[in-house]
Amino acid sequence: MSHILFTKDHEYIVVEGDVGTVGITDFAQCQLGDVVFVELPEIGKATKPGEQAGVVESVKAASDVFAPISGEVVEVNAALEDNPALVNEDAQGKGWFYKVKIADPAELEGLMDEAAYKALLDSHA
Amino acid sequence: MTDLPSPTPLHALHLGLGGRMVPFAGYDLPVNYPAGIIAEHLWTRENAGLFDVSHMGQAVLSGPAAAQRLESLLPGDLQALPLRRIRYSQFTNEDGGILDDLMATRLDAAGEKLFLVVNAACKGQDFAHLQANLPDLRLDILHDRALLALQGPKAAQALERHIAGVSALAFMAQQDFIWRGETLFVSRSGYTGEDGFEISIAADFASDFAETLLAEEEVQAIGLGARDSLRLEAGLCLYGHDIDTTTSPIEAGLNWSISKRRRAEGGFPGAARVQKELAEGVARLRVGLVLDGKAPAREGADIADESGAIVGRVTSGGFAPSLSKPIAMGYVAPRCAAPGTALSLIVRGKPLRARVTAFPFVPNRYHR
Repeated sequence: MSHILFTKDHEYIVVEGDVGTVGITDFAQCQLGDVVFVELPEIGKATKPGEQAGVVESVKAASDVFAPISGEVVEVNAALEDNPALVNEDAQGKGWFYKVKIADPAELEGLMDEAAYKALLDSHA
Repeated sequence: MTDLPSPTPLHALHLGLGGRMVPFAGYDLPVNYPAGIIAEHLWTRENAGLFDVSHMGQAVLSGPAAAQRLESLLPGDLQALPLRRIRYSQFTNEDGGILDDLMATRLDAAGEKLFLVVNAACKGQDFAHLQANLPDLRLDILHDRALLALQGPKAAQALERHIAGVSALAFMAQQDFIWRGETLFVSRSGYTGEDGFEISIAADFASDFAETLLAEEEVQAIGLGARDSLRLEAGLCLYGHDIDTTTSPIEAGLNWSISKRRRAEGGFPGAARVQKELAEGVARLRVGLVLDGKAPAREGADIADESGAIVGRVTSGGFAPSLSKPIAMGYVAPRCAAPGTALSLIVRGKPLRARVTAFPFVPNRYHR
């Protein structure tokens, strides 16, 4: 059984057992516009919540992508290298960035569930 | 004083089209519409894109010997400018740096009336500069006129349906046309590298005119994002980025905009530096850069030679939709400025391989 959690910086993590799949939210890709390049973390990199773990480049600008939790990067989405537009087409699906082995499940409690994230977006609107 | 960005006469139209609005030079303008920057960019290269550039400053400078007098503030040759022709030039400072760049159109045979278009972010300063330095001339700032640009290979055929005769206008020429009783100042010019027009129209009629053009199948609305990527591919300077008060027209590679007479005679602010650079060479030169990889380099990235020495800095950079790869422009030491020179652009501490390329990145397709 997987579930999705969100950061206030518009990253998501889909948690399945002790592995999380991380990317940017559909709201974030919509704000960025056409994604032309994604710099992914290296496999084996140790992530820390709130620290940079990648960069997403739109036509206009570069934006940092922050890690939602502590862990170790175990896989990256190689498909983004040839087709960064996957982030626009399917941000919370085929446009994922990397998978992380979760170091401390307790950190997940600090993230937002779908309802809380939706409330955050509504407060922006 | 308020910091709220001003609406342009097309503001409601942008909102209706789903434009993503951003503050730009004091105005609330669309960075893109739902199609997105890449689609808007490619549409303009293949069809015709309509841009709201009403934020730009428009003015008419008039009075005895206006063309000659304006030459005291810029290196362009306005005395040799034929009637209804347009020149690109730059207001220079005493150090030979650039205060702003502009388009000047000669409106009368005597050279006593000129139409000026300047950058939005500089217009207050530019108009004050003109009034302070040419107090005997009259400056009429056209606050009540919008400015639209229709750009692309199908711009002429679309515009011709509404303004008979407009497609016969020469590149960098201007003519007045009547549309529904309103006088339009139509210039065959633009900022995309494509054929196209820039049209000054009374603010009250701008929205109707824009909607009339958007009803044509060749025409789509285009935002600031694609305006920037189109001009970057065309190798054109963006004021405040690629040219500023420290860069000279010669360093920027704008020599073509300074005639033989003006080079010899000088008589504009900073002429000594311009003449010295023409005679002895420059300390740095604006160049185009095409990156080997897929990661773009942005404004501010250092440029290194093959030994790793820093030889310059990127002033504009991004993804080129028509080339499907990242491109940039920046200033480098002259020894590194030859097309083909291998350089590195330092992005997030990593060197990205790039090669110096002659401007424009994408061939110009102006109307000739």
